[in-house]
Amino acid sequence: MAFRDDLRRTRAIVWKDLTTERRSKAGFNSVASLGVTILVLFGFALGPDAQMLRDAAAGALWLAVLFAGVLAFNRSYQVELDGGALEALLLYPGSRWAIFAGKLIANLIFVTLMLVIVVAVGIVLFQVRIPAQWPALLGIMMLGVVGIVSLGTFYAAMSSRSRAREVLLPLLLYPMLIPVLLAAMEATKAFLGGDLLNASGAWVQMLALFDVIFLVATFLAFEYVIEV
Amino acid sequence: MQSSAPLLSPDLALDARGVARRFGARWVLRGVNLQVRAGEMVGLLGHNGCGKSTFMRIVATLLKASAGDCFVYGSNVKTEGDSVRHHVGFFSHVPGLYDDLSARENLAFAATMLGFPSADIDAALERVGLTHVTHEHVRGFSAGMQRRLSLARLILQRPRLLLLDEPYNNLDVAGIALMNGFIRELNAAGGAAVVVLHDLVPAEGVLDRTVTIREGRVHVPTAADLAHGGASPQAITVPAGAAGIS
Repeated sequence: MAFRDDLRRTRAIVWKDLTTERRSKAGFNSVASLGVTILVLFGFALGPDAQMLRDAAAGALWLAVLFAGVLAFNRSYQVELDGGALEALLLYPGSRWAIFAGKLIANLIFVTLMLVIVVAVGIVLFQVRIPAQWPALLGIMMLGVVGIVSLGTFYAAMSSRSRAREVLLPLLLYPMLIPVLLAAMEATKAFLGGDLLNASGAWVQMLALFDVIFLVATFLAFEYVIEV
Repeated sequence: MQSSAPLLSPDLALDARGVARRFGARWVLRGVNLQVRAGEMVGLLGHNGCGKSTFMRIVATLLKASAGDCFVYGSNVKTEGDSVRHHVGFFSHVPGLYDDLSARENLAFAATMLGFPSADIDAALERVGLTHVTHEHVRGFSAGMQRRLSLARLILQRPRLLLLDEPYNNLDVAGIALMNGFIRELNAAGGAAVVVLHDLVPAEGVLDRTVTIREGRVHVPTAADLAHGGASPQAITVPAGAAGIS
């Protein structure tokens, strides 16, 4: 019964976060704009060489997701800080994991939508040929997004009480995300290049392993970082 | 007079024993002892910065005490936070609402989070006089309207221990009457309340007693204090205790 109540709370938080985001629009527009801008700048910096563009596509894509994602994570808690809503959220009964799960799912949906735009722009700008095994590539991208979002949502909660949260979040998040970014980028690169040697297998395993570790660790630790 | 073991009497809505809290090197609370029985309405007075709100936040589980113990209906606020949150309703300085949701949506969200998804939201909105703005976004509400909406959230919750931190701020005469009506209703149902106040006038006829926090402890008012309006003549003092903190 308590578990079902917590699931209901999680759903309510997802609905609330997506509804406020849909109505304000400011968050998604700025995040998507930043992602596209990063890709455009990379595209111009690399020049017209098609092969070079294709080789750099995976790296540029994940960097765009990372930088734009940080904006999104900060914003997801800014909504709670305005008007003391975080305080009200923490006063509701129920498990703390329900709050984290709600925030995590809302951020996953948000970053996935942003990823769709970034990938679409990236395919055009970097002259990427869509590989035959594109569903597997989608799976890799989702694994990468889960890793980035789980850690991003967690550290955004941790830094939300700090006045310097905009500075603190990247400082905490970027070093921890190196293995996920590296694995996501290498696996994506291998798939975009056809992956004739099955080189992506080890990276995908590493990515999945880090996702599991991050998800378990952040769910367990959330209670301790959100309470003062 | 005070035993070190918690007194888990179901009659005690709040049992704070030597509650202390420091921020950095500064001790804001130095050992507050306060017992509030079920059905009792207590006013909490004191100068700005004396620790009233800090104490309320500790009881509400929003802040951890640096020392001491605090129980709400027998549940320890440190170790049984979820159980405490089922009993406590906290009306804070800040409205805790979402600007981009309507009044009704804010209450629907609160009802789901509280575990009462089928709560009568329309009745609560009608009670606080906000039926005419049910579907309007909170962003356009005045401070007083936001306070009323926060009160509607408490009405949905019907807590057993009400913690009100300067509840009359931004409320007009009708809003104050509404607030007092809710406190009395809760009292009639056997609930308790701790009300942080700077001015006793709006709470006239609502409180059973008042206590004062001074220098981080519950203070025993002297005749001079009473003459300066530090506490009402009806104040019943609570023995000041210490948590071994100088």
